[in-house]
Amino acid sequence: MATKSLQKLGSDLAQSNKQLKILSNGIFKNGELPTFKDKISETNQFPLKAKKLEILQINVGYMCNQVCDHCHVDAGPDRKEIMTRDTMKQCLEVIKKSGAHTLDLTGGAPEMNPDFRWFVEEAAKVGIKDFIVRSNLTIIRANKKYYDLPEFFKKHNVHVVSSMPHWTKGKTDKQRGDGVFDKSIKALQELNAIGYGMPGSNLKLDLVYNPSGAFLPGDQAAMQKDFKKALMDDFGIEFHNLFAITNLPIARFLDYLIASENYEDYMYSLVEAYNPAAVSNVMCTNTLSISWDGYLFDCDFNQMLELPVNSKSRHISDFNEELLEGRDIVISQHCYGCTAGAGSSCQGNVT
Amino acid sequence: MQKTYYDPADLKKFGKISEWNEELGSKFFDYYNSVFKEGALSEREKSLIALAVSHTIQCPYCIDAYTGDSLKRGITKEEMMEALHVASAIRGGATLVHGVQMMNKVNKLDG
Repeated sequence: MATKSLQKLGSDLAQSNKQLKILSNGIFKNGELPTFKDKISETNQFPLKAKKLEILQINVGYMCNQVCDHCHVDAGPDRKEIMTRDTMKQCLEVIKKSGAHTLDLTGGAPEMNPDFRWFVEEAAKVGIKDFIVRSNLTIIRANKKYYDLPEFFKKHNVHVVSSMPHWTKGKTDKQRGDGVFDKSIKALQELNAIGYGMPGSNLKLDLVYNPSGAFLPGDQAAMQKDFKKALMDDFGIEFHNLFAITNLPIARFLDYLIASENYEDYMYSLVEAYNPAAVSNVMCTNTLSISWDGYLFDCDFNQMLELPVNSKSRHISDFNEELLEGRDIVISQHCYGCTAGAGSSCQGNVT
Repeated sequence: MQKTYYDPADLKKFGKISEWNEELGSKFFDYYNSVFKEGALSEREKSLIALAVSHTIQCPYCIDAYTGDSLKRGITKEEMMEALHVASAIRGGATLVHGVQMMNKVNKLDG
């Protein structure tokens, strides 16, 4: 189980250019597997173009109370990149003027940003249709100062989306750390107790499932059924939807794939599961990802790979929705992760 | 020269079987895909049966395929191992139950 970020460990893979090199060399360079560009060109889907902006995803910092094995952010307690209130103010201006219907706060653990609550209060006033906070659940139980988070979320009608890699303790703790399962269960029960995730409730509580190892997620609907049954039978827990997300081969998951000698097989399985129907709906076509320091990216993965948007509007200070619409999406081989099987996005399947 | 009979990479080539007999290959894969669709049994249950049978017939391709398939479906290693013990019990039981035939024979010849 990881205890430090790759960055703190001084790992080569903490550098995005090293990751990009791995993703372009080897089996993709020698022609064993087609590059993502070649693959989408087969169905005339290159270049991938951004459509109308629907989702603004803001990463408020890479600090996290957990150090999950698969984390694409390489987040952890040792990460110091945190969005300032000034940058948040600029984000609020963007939220106000953009046509996006969904605001999605992520991290790290977004709640660890000292200005998180201020930002949520201000953003909630804008009246965006769907206001998501990606909470890792354990943060709610991590410290007394976070105990009232469920009530805070409820007050601002926040849609809570939380990671839960499995309905069993063993598989969850293996990926996310000792004690994570028990704390997550407690947090889910607390959310349920104030109405989150209950049938018919407007307080939305969705779970994110991503595989605990070098394999792709199974059918989302079947997984949801199994999760619902197990969490209800064992703990009396309710939730709304399960999003099955594919692990993308970057950051700590890439490190794990290489260390466990699963990298090539995993890339093969992603390419074999390639689904052209998923390409037209990948999230980068309707999402913008904003980094802690205000830069714009096609998705959170490109943010971590430091691949900025291909547009003159590259920072929230010069945000221009017209310029951004229709931009060419920046791609590499990690994109296969979003087009495998039923497709994968921060909202789950895309087909 | 290949030094082993089995190569894990060959599993990916399974579909190419049809190249030498399109009609029968296609029929087989159509049938195969239909078998694993949800019916009276769930896809999850079918995957566990396939995993157990894979071990009984000791097919390394099938073991790789259905171990991976089980993981994808969120099937736990405890469930996987229990399924294998069912296969093992039947296989062991099949050996042992023939002991009745042995006993009958002994009793007839030397009873």
